[in-house]
Amino acid sequence: METFAGIDLQTWWFLVIGAVFTGYAILDGFDLGAGALHLFLNKEASRRTVLNAIGPVWDGNEVWLVIGGGALFAGFPEVYASLLSAFYMPFMIFLVALIFRAVSIEFRSKEPMLWWRKMWDVSYCLSSGLLAFLLGFILGNVALGVPLDKDHIYRGEFSDFINPYAIMVGITSLSLFMMHGAIYLVMKTEDRLYAKLTIIVRRTTIFFVISCVITSFYTLLYIPHLVDQIHNSPSMFILPVIMIIAIANIARQVTKRKYLFAFLSSAVVISVLLIIVSLELYPTIIYSPVNPENSLTVYNAASSSKTLGIMLTVAAIGVPLVAAYTTFVFWTFKGKVKLDETSY
Amino acid sequence: MDVEILSRIQFAFTIAFHYIYPPLSIGLGLVMVFMEGMYLRTGIEIYQQMTRFWVKIFALIFGIGVATGIVMEFEFGTNWAVYSRYVGDVFGSALAAEGIFAFALESGFLGVLIFGWNRVSPRVHFFSTIMVTLGSMFSAIWIVVANSWQQTPTGYHIVGEGMKARAEITDFWAMVFNPSSVERISHVWSGSFLAGAFLVTSVSAWYLLKGKYIELSKASFKIGLSVAAAASLLQLFTGHRSADVVAHYQPAKLAAIEGHFDTLKPADLYLFGWVNKEKQTTTGLAIPGGLSYMIHGDVDKPVAGLNSFPENERPGAVNFVFQTYHIMISIGMALIALSLYSVFLWWRGTLFEKRWLLWIFVWAVLLPQIGNQVGWYTAEVGRQPWVVYGLLRTSDALSEAVTANQVMFSLIMFTLVYMLLFALFIYLLNKKITHGPLDRHDDEHSPRHMEMADSFTPGATPEKIEHPTDKD
Repeated sequence: METFAGIDLQTWWFLVIGAVFTGYAILDGFDLGAGALHLFLNKEASRRTVLNAIGPVWDGNEVWLVIGGGALFAGFPEVYASLLSAFYMPFMIFLVALIFRAVSIEFRSKEPMLWWRKMWDVSYCLSSGLLAFLLGFILGNVALGVPLDKDHIYRGEFSDFINPYAIMVGITSLSLFMMHGAIYLVMKTEDRLYAKLTIIVRRTTIFFVISCVITSFYTLLYIPHLVDQIHNSPSMFILPVIMIIAIANIARQVTKRKYLFAFLSSAVVISVLLIIVSLELYPTIIYSPVNPENSLTVYNAASSSKTLGIMLTVAAIGVPLVAAYTTFVFWTFKGKVKLDETSY
Repeated sequence: MDVEILSRIQFAFTIAFHYIYPPLSIGLGLVMVFMEGMYLRTGIEIYQQMTRFWVKIFALIFGIGVATGIVMEFEFGTNWAVYSRYVGDVFGSALAAEGIFAFALESGFLGVLIFGWNRVSPRVHFFSTIMVTLGSMFSAIWIVVANSWQQTPTGYHIVGEGMKARAEITDFWAMVFNPSSVERISHVWSGSFLAGAFLVTSVSAWYLLKGKYIELSKASFKIGLSVAAAASLLQLFTGHRSADVVAHYQPAKLAAIEGHFDTLKPADLYLFGWVNKEKQTTTGLAIPGGLSYMIHGDVDKPVAGLNSFPENERPGAVNFVFQTYHIMISIGMALIALSLYSVFLWWRGTLFEKRWLLWIFVWAVLLPQIGNQVGWYTAEVGRQPWVVYGLLRTSDALSEAVTANQVMFSLIMFTLVYMLLFALFIYLLNKKITHGPLDRHDDEHSPRHMEMADSFTPGATPEKIEHPTDKD
């Protein structure tokens, strides 16, 4: 088996794809969350400001989903094929929500009529919220396991996916992104809108903490395959500790009005949550509860070592480039939102 | 209807709709690079005004292109799981490379392109315009590489059998530079340049006919026409090269394109015609021995007909492929004639005097769009019954986990959403064009002034109207 720096290529790809989706959750997370909060702001000026706070960056954030999808296709084609065909309906709804969200942002400012703007506000808010929920909903189902047969084909109904755990994970991801988005918006706004958003930060943080605690208890009590790693290796307990400290730090930094640090803390929360899920699953990617031998792992689902090696080179060249111009764009639009003639 | 036909319809519909937008982004991006480059070189204000105007239209096009493009990336897995397993090692790599090298570049700098006018220096903005355009062109490279591999697979070997069979890369560069990729990328690029250039000439011609923004429109028209003329000639060359590749590697597709059932010596080249599949006849106007000459450089060499391939290894929709191909060729020739004639008039100094020609340009925006669409229909329908030529049949490539009802639901959903999207796109495009290239805050150039100026010079030809805008 080919290795790189002592880790086999399949595991490297698991790490790379995990990192890309974590990047996606941190970046698109804040603009999805900002979108889900949109209708909580009533004034036209406030809505315009928060829309323009994400305006120049949301498209770049969504790129991480595209890269993640491509990397999954290239690195683990079996997972890509089985996952997407199994979750046909959720993904179709996901795609349509992505379309509605993109065009709502784009079209809203093109007409001054009140009904036009309200219509796109509702469409933008609902599609953003739905996307944030669906990401968690799909993750919840993947964590729970997908009944795959020996050819890794899903044999079940769409209704099987609608279960309390997946819904709870969906609500958790929605609340997490709303908190994350609210903190981002506080960084980008001033005066009364800023004051209102600080209250929203507090409320969404409480919403997240409640959802997270319930989901964690549910997992601990009822889903043994998601807790056996942490059960067997106590050193992993450091992760939930870090997460809880990071959550507490959000509240602390918000009180100190250091919103950038609050934002970074909430990014840490997102990362640690995904790291815990990944570590619990690894080396399985999709667990098949009907027969664990049918599960897709990093080894039986991966592309050839040659392709993984090539793609690792591609990632080594590409990721620093993407990081460089993502930084450039964020730096260009740093500071509070200023509306001008190019704004939405 | 069964899952197969529904999935085929859904894929064809979503990809055809998507393909309205990326060629416009690529072509318009290139034209914008020239416009902004002219502004930086000359410092003349109208070049900045036109760049700003087209950036806004670019944003609209790009937005819908991204939204409909993400659908494509996931549709391989949702509807064509067997295909995804089979080609993931090869095709997935090209797709991932597209995401990281091209799409990220494009989307990253898009924010600066649209919102950065007051935030960065003119040079940095120009750099962003170039990066967005390059990003969109790189996207085309990787997507067409992936598709070309499906047309002429190389650099792979097949591992496993039956359900477990899949293609694995043996030579990455042989996969990237498969026999058709260079020809097809350049062909797709030129088609995209045409789409963007003719959009610019269309809108500029319309302004000129309406007597609005004269200087600005003339300058934009010239930039658009230069790109159009170069691209239409490039298209002739790349198109010919692409046809050569088809003749060499996909002889069954070539036979369908030309409607030849029997192996003929010499084989004729049809200009137009009609294929009767039942009677196995093709009637139309043809150049005797033309096809033999195009392929072999010798009118007496034979060209294989459809009947020399097994029934289940040749495309079924012969007339469809024949028609789409010949529409593409006719459009290509018409665009060459139109742009070269206009360049000739430009050289004579009488380009903007012929109103009928401007009206042709107003409508000519549709031609590259139709040409790009039918060109892809030829390539994809002509490849059938294969999804990966000679390796995997489209009918074997479906997702087994998906039912007909699910695909029916998503197909209806996409149809409704895309119809709404298209209506909004046309409405907003029209609104932006009607609003014109000047910003509202330019008081002295407000649309009301335009209307007043128009109303004081009734019946005047565009050349005679003097607008406040044209004086500065």
